[in-house]
Amino acid sequence: MAWTRKILRVNLTEGTCVSEPLNMDWALKYLGQRGLGTKYLMEEIDPKVDPLSPDNKMIFATGPLTGTCASTAGRYSVITKGALTGAIACSNSGGYFGAELKFAGWDMIIFEGKSEKPVYLCIIDDKAELLSAEGLWGKSVWDTDAAIKATHQEPMMHIAAIGVAGEKGNMYACIVNDLHRAAGRSGVGAVMGSKNLKAVAVRGTGGVSVEDFGAFMKSTEAGKKALAENAVTGEGLPAYGTQVLMNVINESGALPTRNFRDVQFESANDISAEAMAEPRRSDGKPNLLTNQACFSCTIACGRISQIDKDHFSVVNKPEYWGAEGGLEYEAAWALGAATGVKDLEALTYANYICNEQGYDPISFGSTLAAAMDMYEEGVLTKKDTGGVELKFGSAEMLTKMADLTGTMEGFGEQLGLGSKRLCEKYGRPELSMTVKGQEFPAYDPRGIQGMGLTYATSNRGACHLRSYTVSSEILGIPEKTDPLSTDGKAGLVKAFQDATAAVDSAGLCIFTTFAWTLEDIAPQVDAACEGNWTPDTLMEAGERIWNMERNFNLAAGFSGKDDELPKRLMKDAAKTGPAKGMVSGLDKMLPEYYEVRGWNTKGVPTEETLSRLGV
Amino acid sequence: MKITLKLYASLANCLPAEAVKNQAEITVKSDITVREVLDAHNVPFDRCHLILINGVFSPPATAKQATLKDGDALAVWPPVAGG
Repeated sequence: MAWTRKILRVNLTEGTCVSEPLNMDWALKYLGQRGLGTKYLMEEIDPKVDPLSPDNKMIFATGPLTGTCASTAGRYSVITKGALTGAIACSNSGGYFGAELKFAGWDMIIFEGKSEKPVYLCIIDDKAELLSAEGLWGKSVWDTDAAIKATHQEPMMHIAAIGVAGEKGNMYACIVNDLHRAAGRSGVGAVMGSKNLKAVAVRGTGGVSVEDFGAFMKSTEAGKKALAENAVTGEGLPAYGTQVLMNVINESGALPTRNFRDVQFESANDISAEAMAEPRRSDGKPNLLTNQACFSCTIACGRISQIDKDHFSVVNKPEYWGAEGGLEYEAAWALGAATGVKDLEALTYANYICNEQGYDPISFGSTLAAAMDMYEEGVLTKKDTGGVELKFGSAEMLTKMADLTGTMEGFGEQLGLGSKRLCEKYGRPELSMTVKGQEFPAYDPRGIQGMGLTYATSNRGACHLRSYTVSSEILGIPEKTDPLSTDGKAGLVKAFQDATAAVDSAGLCIFTTFAWTLEDIAPQVDAACEGNWTPDTLMEAGERIWNMERNFNLAAGFSGKDDELPKRLMKDAAKTGPAKGMVSGLDKMLPEYYEVRGWNTKGVPTEETLSRLGV
Repeated sequence: MKITLKLYASLANCLPAEAVKNQAEITVKSDITVREVLDAHNVPFDRCHLILINGVFSPPATAKQATLKDGDALAVWPPVAGG
């Protein structure tokens, strides 16, 4: 129950689609989505494989709760070896695609091989076939979505697609579903493009069964009530979205600015949630139109925006005058504070292009910031950038580079390499703000110490979603810890990492954890699924998943030496704010982390730890 | 003495009319408490979930008695989160 117990295996080389049973022994150990998908990947590929070769596999995986009426139960993940990082990649998305896949009767799709010509996978319930995408190749995500729906005369289809960025090998290309939601990080879209797979289109008309219907309805109803009554999930997130953090993190002195040169952005308020809601001087209308929910979500944090029609970015471009997916905090930071740009409309336009052409705004903004850093230091010149003055703060340059990166033209092709490869190419690797090749998100480890350890040890490279200690260190959820202290952060990070792995693997959104603990989640999973799911067994599954991901990376060639932060964060002290004078205390936290993890001093899980977890 | 009062999200409605970009410099008596500042601007204290004094977290339970110094920045949010 909850699991459909069916996997769709798609061999792109052979052009075949075959149904096979889900391995339930693994499901009972790894739950679903992130955990179960990674288990399959681990068993089926050599971790040393070239991510862009046909030997890499790519798995679309739902969780057992995906498609049920549990709040936020619409999530799916794409699991593969990441193009950007060469590490395990698991990129999680909301919207409606994941639930639709479940309604069609599939827990998971495993893609293997490479198609000779561009194709898309069309799934209508239990019928799955590969169809020619030669007429779609070169189209954006948005045009592809419309074209496939028109071809099948099926407006209820849900589509996950790559844009031109993924086709042309942008190393941080996304897979975008439902136009504005994305499996965004680690370059999963580049892997999809390397397989000549343009899109996955799904229409499902079934439902999802659960093990104990009465207990499930009771537990999910209690969960929704808790979300509604919690001030953060019931009021704060729907009203202001994640973007409300812009001023919070800036005030806390942890908003990375101009490629982490600074920790506070003087124009943070101009690109904040408050600014999005404020009527513009130009046309008297606010940037923010309304909020939006993903499938079965009772929080509804999504933003829907509209750009001023007279803004330079969209003049004579009526295709961008409508309501589209608006800025979330991480994107607004990367496109704004990281690049020093304070023009909210320009940020919104760049964010549109990221969705339209399918590439990660976090990695794009960070890579652009690194390029600006090199330009201002004279490493890059106009000759390199195609005549563009790549200075911090230019809104015109931001929108131009967003366009070029979307189609991988001009200097956009260089930006599509990602920060690490770009900075290495020009001989300044230390200016790349990355861990394991993936660009940092929107929290400075000098001002929020736990996030330094989070980035350094994240299995998919620098990421906030693997261990969101900001919740504790800044927001005081579930309890307040000091952001400027390293004390206790090893245990805090481990707890967040393991719990998050369990939440992801269930098919739920981690935003529920602003209100829920595993005490709220376990009854929902237990009522839906076979097995004995308690807070303890969920936490153990999370720890098992974390260690499995670590083993993948070790087998891929990573080691404890890759658990490091850029020198800028270890040597250059914060210039302003509460963290003034501080650097990251990673060197103190990391040995403690290895110890609480049950790993040896080189960061390798001990036999005892692996045996205890059954990895 | 003067302090900077910063109110965000739904609390922004309580800012003085001269406020720009969610903040205003205000003149207050010496050793004024956080609670006194917020009460003077009709900020509902039960809605004040995140209180930062010069960027440093001040627990709501004790913040109301905390006194402010000349030049301090008091920033307050209702329940918010993100990520």
